[in-house]
Amino acid sequence: MADTPFLRVLLFARYADLLGTDLLRLPVPEPPTVARVIELLRQRPGGAQLPAMPLVAVNARQARGSDPVQAGDEVAVLPPMAGG
Amino acid sequence: MDFLTEAPLDLAELVAEVSDTDRGGVATFLGLVRDHHEGRRVLRLEYSAYGPMAEAECATIVAEAEARWPVRIAVRHRLGMLAIGDAAVAVAAGGAHRDEAFAACRQVIEELKRRVPIWKKEFYADGSVGWVEPT
Repeated sequence: MADTPFLRVLLFARYADLLGTDLLRLPVPEPPTVARVIELLRQRPGGAQLPAMPLVAVNARQARGSDPVQAGDEVAVLPPMAGG
Repeated sequence: MDFLTEAPLDLAELVAEVSDTDRGGVATFLGLVRDHHEGRRVLRLEYSAYGPMAEAECATIVAEAEARWPVRIAVRHRLGMLAIGDAAVAVAAGGAHRDEAFAACRQVIEELKRRVPIWKKEFYADGSVGWVEPT
């Protein structure tokens, strides 16, 4: 699977409700960055209400908008944390 | 180490984990499900998490506290549907003296709330639901 040009995008809590799903399989975008993934998510139905730069983790590590993404990565879009 | 669990939390178990013959002080924190939020009556709560990241972040927070103070830390956070009064989070910090136990316990719960990817959905008495955003 590592050579398929797709990302596994996970959406949680309110963001999953907005997009109507908690899991998307997206082609690796051009440019292949976290920021571009978020732009594409915001163009999907319900996605306009996502923040312009939400908290994102790539492969379970916090990432910045300029960070690269590659095929096989797990990109998680995280609402403000509310544990405790 | 599993910090996340669907099973009821047992504070005594955490206290036992951080107790030892050279530790004279154990501080604990227990976070319970409250029956109100911003003036609305809450019937129950559902906790969810990004599991792999939440486990890793809890481990980091514990390691940071154990590096900063001479303490041993135990933490659990519950997931799934919880009733009013159920314990959602439990922290225990054991040290030689109370100062480091209190300080470490406080830091761990504050960092957990700030950094661990866990979310809660509230179910209100009027039948509506809402995601809780931190204040």
